[in-house]
Amino acid sequence: MATVSEVQTEAEFEEVAPKKPWTQVVIDLSRKQPLGVFGLAIVIAMIIAAALANVVSPHDPLQEHFDSMLTSPGENGYILGTDEFGRDILSRLIYGSRTALLVGFVCAIIGSTLGLVLGVASAYFGGLFDLILQRILDVFMAFPLIILALAVVATLGPGIENVMIAIILPFVPQCARVVRSNALAIREIPYVDAARALGFSNARIILRHMVPNVMAPFLIMLTTFLGQAILLEASLSFLGLGVQDPVPAWGLMLTNASEFFEGAPWVAIYPGVAISLSVFGFNLFGDAVRDTLDPKLRSR
Amino acid sequence: MGKYIFKRTLLMIPTLFGAAVLVFLLLRMSPGDICAVRYLGSGLAVAQEQIDLCREQLGLNKPQIVQFFDFIWGYFIFDLGESMWTGQPVTHEIAIRFELSLQIAIMATFVATVIAIPLGIISAVRQNTITDYVVRGFAIAGIAIPSFWLGLMIILGLLVVTQSWLGEPWMPPIQFKSIWEDPAHNLAQLIWPAVATGYRYSAVATRMTRSAMLEVLREDYVRTARAKGMVEKIVINRHALKNALLPVVTVLALEFAFLMGGLVVTEQVFNLNGLGNLMVDGVERQDFTMTQNLVMLVVIVFVITNLITDLAYAWLDPRIRYS
Repeated sequence: MATVSEVQTEAEFEEVAPKKPWTQVVIDLSRKQPLGVFGLAIVIAMIIAAALANVVSPHDPLQEHFDSMLTSPGENGYILGTDEFGRDILSRLIYGSRTALLVGFVCAIIGSTLGLVLGVASAYFGGLFDLILQRILDVFMAFPLIILALAVVATLGPGIENVMIAIILPFVPQCARVVRSNALAIREIPYVDAARALGFSNARIILRHMVPNVMAPFLIMLTTFLGQAILLEASLSFLGLGVQDPVPAWGLMLTNASEFFEGAPWVAIYPGVAISLSVFGFNLFGDAVRDTLDPKLRSR
Repeated sequence: MGKYIFKRTLLMIPTLFGAAVLVFLLLRMSPGDICAVRYLGSGLAVAQEQIDLCREQLGLNKPQIVQFFDFIWGYFIFDLGESMWTGQPVTHEIAIRFELSLQIAIMATFVATVIAIPLGIISAVRQNTITDYVVRGFAIAGIAIPSFWLGLMIILGLLVVTQSWLGEPWMPPIQFKSIWEDPAHNLAQLIWPAVATGYRYSAVATRMTRSAMLEVLREDYVRTARAKGMVEKIVINRHALKNALLPVVTVLALEFAFLMGGLVVTEQVFNLNGLGNLMVDGVERQDFTMTQNLVMLVVIVFVITNLITDLAYAWLDPRIRYS
């Protein structure tokens, strides 16, 4: 019975949504979601920069030039100037996008997916399971990020993997809690009871009936996490606890900036612009994806 | 409701105990201790006997389980011990910094709420208009800009602007004075970090308000209210907003608890000697008593905030029942 209706639904779906050429899709999308397309452009530019870093960088990002320390932007072929060791800032920004992208994607996807599973399961099963899980999440959420990060880095040793673990850990309970608060309201809606009365398995009810209805908060969390992870890595690196010198990372580039920024403000300005712009792009794109995917939020 | 509050208050005990176990283990798992930091960090040759003596004085040579018991017992006899680094009571070290961090947290939350809720509503009501795009752009920029960098830019901006207007650069005061003692001085110092963190936190809440409002505005009862000919303002304020506030309250509440500990980076930029700064110092120096008690303070603030959030849920959404 269930299989037959499923096949029918899929067939109907194919009929009402004939395939459009991709150019038309892009045009439609940019008319409906101008901010989203702008964000996507930033993300694509960043991915290209990261992929082709060794081709597009004008200089070696690690090469120190002690004869041209703190050169102003535009002088001697240094488009965005140099830092206190005479390293080209533009090249370091381009290579830094690799670090940012890696940390952003890995942390956001793992963190929010674990949170989704835990949040929905917790709301659906309720009772003792919910109680115990929420208490455990409470314990983890009660820790300031910086302490968890410090403890992880101190216990496991420094390195980009440990920074990612330190960022994922606080994401999971954050997402789980927001998803749970939405799922709690959904559990009370009759169709969940109906599904249970039809004898569907718990896994099926969770995956087919509850998860699609908490997609809105889940996607909001995931897209927020993408940017947040890049920001957190920047903050940790800024404090000297994240990615270590000489690896080019945006937050790390700001560590010593406050010492020079009266005389050389570009050292402080450009890495911050890079962080802000990339997170801005990810968030604009995420918003557009959400508006398009979620029928409940779809515009009239 | 009274029974529920009592039950939830009792449930705080396992959370606090779990947090105590976790922080204790994490700190002890990291290699080294304060004696190693103090003597080996100096670069001088130090006799092993001296390090052993230091450990004995601080009680670090006791079995771990005894150290853990001492840590927990301190909460029952209201004696949290002394900082391993300064020798001052932990409560004293925290007390002199608490006011500063609490004030920034309150000011930042105020800034965030005042920005977020009106902007979120306007943005949802006027979806896909210029107003909506501007608000969303403003909110997304708030999430995108790191608050420590915004702080750096605020200081840089202050320097440049005061240089050109007053002829000499002006910086926010460094020395902390209580708001009761010298309000002008106090606000001149703390308004900048509050704006830098508050703007950032407003962004998350604005997005939450917008998306929650959009969802609620499509509900049947909103259509019914409109069909009855009810004034749009009442539909939004009385019917939609109250139900849309659920996720917004979560976000704002979670943020408040995090603000207390999460100010670490902003405090560094503005050179403020608050709790965040104390915590970073504590961890770097492996000052176990200081760090574990500071973490517990944040945990306690968090757990209480959490309880209040859950009570607010029940008030805002009667569909959620507690048994």
